[in-house]
Amino acid sequence: MKEILIKYILHLGDNALVLGHRNSEWCGHGPVLEQDIAITNIALDLIGQARNFYQYAALLEGGDTSEDSLAYLRTEREFKNCLLTEQPNEDWAHTILRQFFFSQYQWLLYSELSKSNDEQIAAISDKAIKEVTYHLRWSSEWVIRLGDGTEESHQRMEEAIDNLWPYTGELFIASDFEKAANEFGIGPDVSLLKTVWENNVKQIFDEARLEMPTAGFAQKGGKQGIHTEYLGYILAELQYMQRTYPDSQW
Amino acid sequence: MNIRKFYYGDIPEDAGGGSSVPSRKKESIDTSVNIERKDWPLWEVFIRSKQGMDHKHVGSLHAADAEMAIENARDVYTRRMEGVSIWVVESRNIHASNPEDAESFYEPANDKIYRHPTFYDLPDELEHM
Repeated sequence: MKEILIKYILHLGDNALVLGHRNSEWCGHGPVLEQDIAITNIALDLIGQARNFYQYAALLEGGDTSEDSLAYLRTEREFKNCLLTEQPNEDWAHTILRQFFFSQYQWLLYSELSKSNDEQIAAISDKAIKEVTYHLRWSSEWVIRLGDGTEESHQRMEEAIDNLWPYTGELFIASDFEKAANEFGIGPDVSLLKTVWENNVKQIFDEARLEMPTAGFAQKGGKQGIHTEYLGYILAELQYMQRTYPDSQW
Repeated sequence: MNIRKFYYGDIPEDAGGGSSVPSRKKESIDTSVNIERKDWPLWEVFIRSKQGMDHKHVGSLHAADAEMAIENARDVYTRRMEGVSIWVVESRNIHASNPEDAESFYEPANDKIYRHPTFYDLPDELEHM
């Protein structure tokens, strides 16, 4: 039971950390100053959520485990984030769409988790959903602005949809630890979130004059630690300092 | 009397509104500095720091529309809990007084001290006056 709970919490934390790290790569490179700050704020929100989950997981794990050791000293195969979160930034359209897809999911997930049997998870989710509500609003407006914008922005959104859609299916395929967490009343049955997610995405896509893809092959494996080639590079950058200078602090 | 309408930004900051000939210089600088942003107008941001207080001007930013301006203002100006309410106004909708009029506008008030409400004792409970 404890083992499942830790896995489940790490999965929640890894999603937030990896997407937060991806967004943080925009820091200093945003299309305009105001949006640079916006995406960096979102990155900080997500990394803050990851910290809350890691601190809780470290508490359950006990011993020398800390939020830092969970973020900096686990290998690629130990990370349980969904593949969507590790996809590269590419351009503003890809970044926006990745955030939009994930915020739609995270919003539904945290709504359910705030009713979790586990009080700590419920409390973290209850706090985080306010942040996610804003991420969802911000990314939805950008999807509409780009989709219903210029010829180029529309085309870039279509490319982003083609590239990222195959990674959305995994969000709703429950892993062993999600199924177990569901049985204990800790987390929701993620497969049940799919229809609502699709309806909500379609509503924004309609407004953005973007075509909703038909369901297709879903890339999966992230939750089991089988990642795309990108995660290794993310971790190399993220963990370099701690691995080169163990226990360094500032 | 010749009345000229001034918009925010019309007055070159260095000259302080000295010339009555509209300056084209500023516009040419704007387009050369940032071509892709030429369609993003400037917005003025007003933040209310807490309930009951006035909205105060805090700065300006660029945004494509009002929603984006409010969100940008939230991200740029309220990150450290500075506000509970945001107003944004497109800068071109703000009409400004002409610095040339300073003499006729403000100086006549200089010697009319009786207009100041300093002859009353205010109760301590009255804040923000």
